[in-house]
Parts: sequence; structure tokens; C-alpha cells
Amino acid sequence: MVTGAEMLSIAAFLEGRHAQAFPSFGSERTGAPVVAYCRIDDKEIRLREPIMAPDALIIQDPTLFHQVDVFAGLMDDGYILVNTSRSFAELGIADVVAGRDARRLCTVPATELAIKHVGRPVPNVPLLGAFAAISGMFSLESVAKAIGEKFSGKVAEGNIAAATEAYETARRATKEPAHA
Amino acid sequence: MLKQTEGSHAVAEAVALCRPEVICAYPISPQTHIVEGLGEMVKAGEIKDCEFINVESEFAAMSVAIGSSAAGARTYTATASQGLLFMVEAVYNAAGLGLPIVMTVANRALGAPINIWNDHSDSMSQRDCGWIQLFAETNQEAVDLHIQGFKLAEELSMPVMVCMDGFILTHAYERVDMPTQEQVDAFLPKFEPRQVLDPAEPLSIGAMVGPEAYTEVRYLAHAKQMQALELIPQLGREFQEAFGRDSGGLIRSYRMDDAEVAVIALGSVLGTIKDTIDEMREQGVKIGVVGICSFRPFPLAEVREALARVRSYVVVEKSLAVGLGGVVASNVRMALAGRLHMRGHTVIAGLGGRAITKVSLHRAFAGVVSGELERVHFLDLDTNAVNAVLEHEKTVRRSGPIAENVLRTMRLVGAKIL
Repeated sequence: MVTGAEMLSIAAFLEGRHAQAFPSFGSERTGAPVVAYCRIDDKEIRLREPIMAPDALIIQDPTLFHQVDVFAGLMDDGYILVNTSRSFAELGIADVVAGRDARRLCTVPATELAIKHVGRPVPNVPLLGAFAAISGMFSLESVAKAIGEKFSGKVAEGNIAAATEAYETARRATKEPAHA
Repeated sequence: MLKQTEGSHAVAEAVALCRPEVICAYPISPQTHIVEGLGEMVKAGEIKDCEFINVESEFAAMSVAIGSSAAGARTYTATASQGLLFMVEAVYNAAGLGLPIVMTVANRALGAPINIWNDHSDSMSQRDCGWIQLFAETNQEAVDLHIQGFKLAEELSMPVMVCMDGFILTHAYERVDMPTQEQVDAFLPKFEPRQVLDPAEPLSIGAMVGPEAYTEVRYLAHAKQMQALELIPQLGREFQEAFGRDSGGLIRSYRMDDAEVAVIALGSVLGTIKDTIDEMREQGVKIGVVGICSFRPFPLAEVREALARVRSYVVVEKSLAVGLGGVVASNVRMALAGRLHMRGHTVIAGLGGRAITKVSLHRAFAGVVSGELERVHFLDLDTNAVNAVLEHEKTVRRSGPIAENVLRTMRLVGAKIL
């Protein structure tokens, strides 16, 4: 999760934007709920408070819906991207997405894509690819470059393949709003 | 070269560019990534003629630093929180001996209650230890202050602590302009120690000094910090010429020209304060901020001058002098001695990692403008919780452990993750 926000900031930086990524400074341990934040702007980012009203929400683990109010503060025209092979209705959050712009809502099976291409359940990178597709804020090419800064060799190749498939999946999905 | 990187990693790279010869450190959050990064660089042979010494504690880290610096090696270490407290005896010795060690403090709260998050309690506990203390506002400034820090330390023969907010800076990815090796080499000359343990020219360092000369040795420590008041801005100017960036210095003012109300702060919270001030300025409030980069030596004259035209001020600080109020605020008040017409406030904020938000700062600053804010104000204090615990203590003799009582009152079990 933290790596995902960091790579998002790198992708934005590669396109000439200012970006700031930081984790929710908890006692990090595998399995604990974790939040990481990323701000992107065209000018220097000075603000250091956590993001309380996000423009976009990338949810890596949808089982958190029942533990934490992950949608708190999300802008009315915000993006929601969920790592799941199910639909919003199947996840039981149809009410949350009702009335929102369908082009800004997307589910993508990032964990499955990571297992397929990387061999491990690491959904960060495919989620980033999908987010590039639905937000149009940065290109798939920048995602690939950001992957290159964090990983090398086969791991990098696998992640780029996973990001590319997630990008295509998300693009198709948001072009057919009925799917959401 | 511009890059998007983690604060800790940027600092590790900056330290590597300074060609340290000995790095000794014991890992503690949130400092760990810095020394991990340096350890990897030493192992990979990326830092020439440098020894990374694993030590068994922070006390050992500073003791090794004292030994290696006295032997003439450019020496670096880093710590935080309880780690700094554990090395305190050696921290004072490093300063008393006049050894130009550079240490990063990744600022973190102190226990009890145990807390791994950011505030300034750790380095503020060492404000009188004799080290120079510089506070970074951004990761760029943290990088720059380390490069300036080695030069400052070695010119004065005095240790320098570079303080950067733990997690908020150390774990943040942001844009950093990383200098080249050639630039740093041109700015930072080879270490020429004023004193060195050399078998060819035997001498002793660390003599016992009785009442007849102790005051004189202490006076010289103070005199050197007074010299630093001149040297710090001078190095800032030299740095700007060489690197093209305004970094370091004693203080830095923002929108203070016609300000009637001034905020004073140090560290990364200055960014959030500047954004808040911009919004208040749009509403016509004449408010500005003075950022303190050098906390030791404390720039009394510069702070006095910067606040010459304001009618009230507020110090926002991430530290608490229990039983008094603010640590930074007491220093600011000393700078303003005699200005009886000025109203001063202290806002204790961000303790133990509590987020300092624009919303809360707006509320506090509005109270400063109107004069209604308490003189010592705890930002976002849960008054219901503290009153409930105080009431409980009044009525029950064996009232139980304090932290546990607060958590129970607030219906929290252990630290909140989200």
C-alpha cells in the first residue's frame, strides 16, 4: 500500500508534477489496516496534514469496508478504484456508488493480475495501472518508469505486464458503465 | 538532479556525498531507513574509505562517534527518541570535548507513554547539551542542512544535530534536488581537525577540570555558539551561491512585511502554517510566520527584529515544558524581553504524532487575532477526556494508571492505527 502511494508519486513526478506521498504512520505490520496518502499538484506542496477529503480512493482490501469508514470525506466527483473480482453491488456498496459518475468508478482484480504476472499477491502496481486509466492523470508509460525505479529484472517485467493488463481492463470497464 | 525519493533516503545520499569516514548507529524508528541506506552504500563500496560500525546501543553509537572523531575521522550517526535519551551522557561529552560529529535526529516523542510518532520532545530535551541544533522544514532542507552541517561543525569544532520530523519527513516521498559529488566536494573541504589523537604526536583529550578553569571551558562553548550565529548565515549564503538554493540560515520570514500577528514555529509544520496564512491573508488578516532553523544557537536578535512590528504572536511548537508551557516559546519570550505591549500565546500541537490540520490552526490563529485564545493552548485537546480522568482521580484514591485511564475514557484500546 505504502509502496503504491510512493510509486504513484513517482509517476506524477515523472510527468513534471509536484507530488507528496506518505504513510499513515502506524506500527506497520502485515495484515493491519494501513492508509497511505498521495498529493499531486502543479506547484510545491507544503501541506503536511493527512488527506481528509480525497479526490480519489484506491482500496486494496475490500474486507475493510466493514471495519473502517473508508469512504469518509471522499469528494462527490471522486474516483473509487477497488481491488476485487466482484462488482460494487456484489461487494454490498451499491449505495456508496449510487449517483456517482460511472466513469470514475472501477473494480479491477489486481491481486489475481499480480499473481498471474508477478507470481505473488502484490496488487499495488496493477492498481496503479488501473488508476492511470480511469483518472488520465498520468500515462501507463510513467507507471512503467516508476516500476523501473522500484524494481528490476523479472519482478519489474512482471509488474509492468500486470499494470498494463490492469490499465486495459480498467479502460474497458469505465467505457462500459453498465459493468460498474 | 531532481528526483522523487523518500526523505530518509535523500538524507542518506546527502551524508554519503559528504564523504564520512565513520558511520556508527543503532536502529530506532523513525531513523532506521537513514542508517539502513548508508549501511547498504558502505557495503556496496559506494562510499570510499568509510567504515560502518555496528554498535550494541545508542550509548555505544555516540561513544564510538567520540572516539572516531577524536581520531580525526569525519563521523556521522543518527538516532531518535529513547535512543537519544540513552546516549545523553555521551552527547554532552561530544559537545564538551568540541568534536565535530554530525547527527540526524528523526524527531519522535518520548515515553512514557511509549509512542513512536513525531514531535520535538527528543531534541528539545537536549537543547542545552552544547550541540548546534538545526531544524529542517522540508526534505530538501534536510539534505542541504547535512551538507552545511558538516562544514559548520568542522569550522567550529562543535557537534551539529540536524533535526527532521520523524515519519512526516523521514517517510515522505517528495521532490528533492540532489547535489552532485563535485558540488559537495567544492563546498565541503577535507576535514582538518583542531585536535587529533595521533600516536606520532601523543596528547590527551578530556582532562579533568576543577573550579579554577571549568567556567572558562564552559564560556568558550558559549562563545563558539555565539560565533555560530555569524557563521550559520554566512554558510547559508555560500550554499546559495554554490547550489542556487536558499536553505538553512538562522530564521526565515514569510509574509511578515506588514504583519500585525506573527506565528513562530520550526520544522515541517511550517508548510501547513504557510498554507493557513495564505488563506487568512485572502480574508484580509495581516498575519505572517517566522520559521526558526537554528534553535541552538538561538537567534535572539534576529527573532526580536523579525517581530519588531507585530502586536501579538503565537509560538506553535511540538514540545512541552511540563510545569511551564512551551520550550520554544520561553526562548522567544526572552528575545522579546521588555516588549510589554505585545501579547504572546503558546500553542502546544502535534504531540505524539497528532496531526496538525489547517482547520485547527485557523481556529487557533483566529483566537490569537481576537485575543481570546488562552496563553498556553493545547491544540485539539480532548477536554472531556482529561476532565473525566481528573474527576476520577478526585473521587478514587487508587485511580489506576494514567494512560490506561485516558484510553478507557476515550474508548480506545491501544494506539489507533487509522
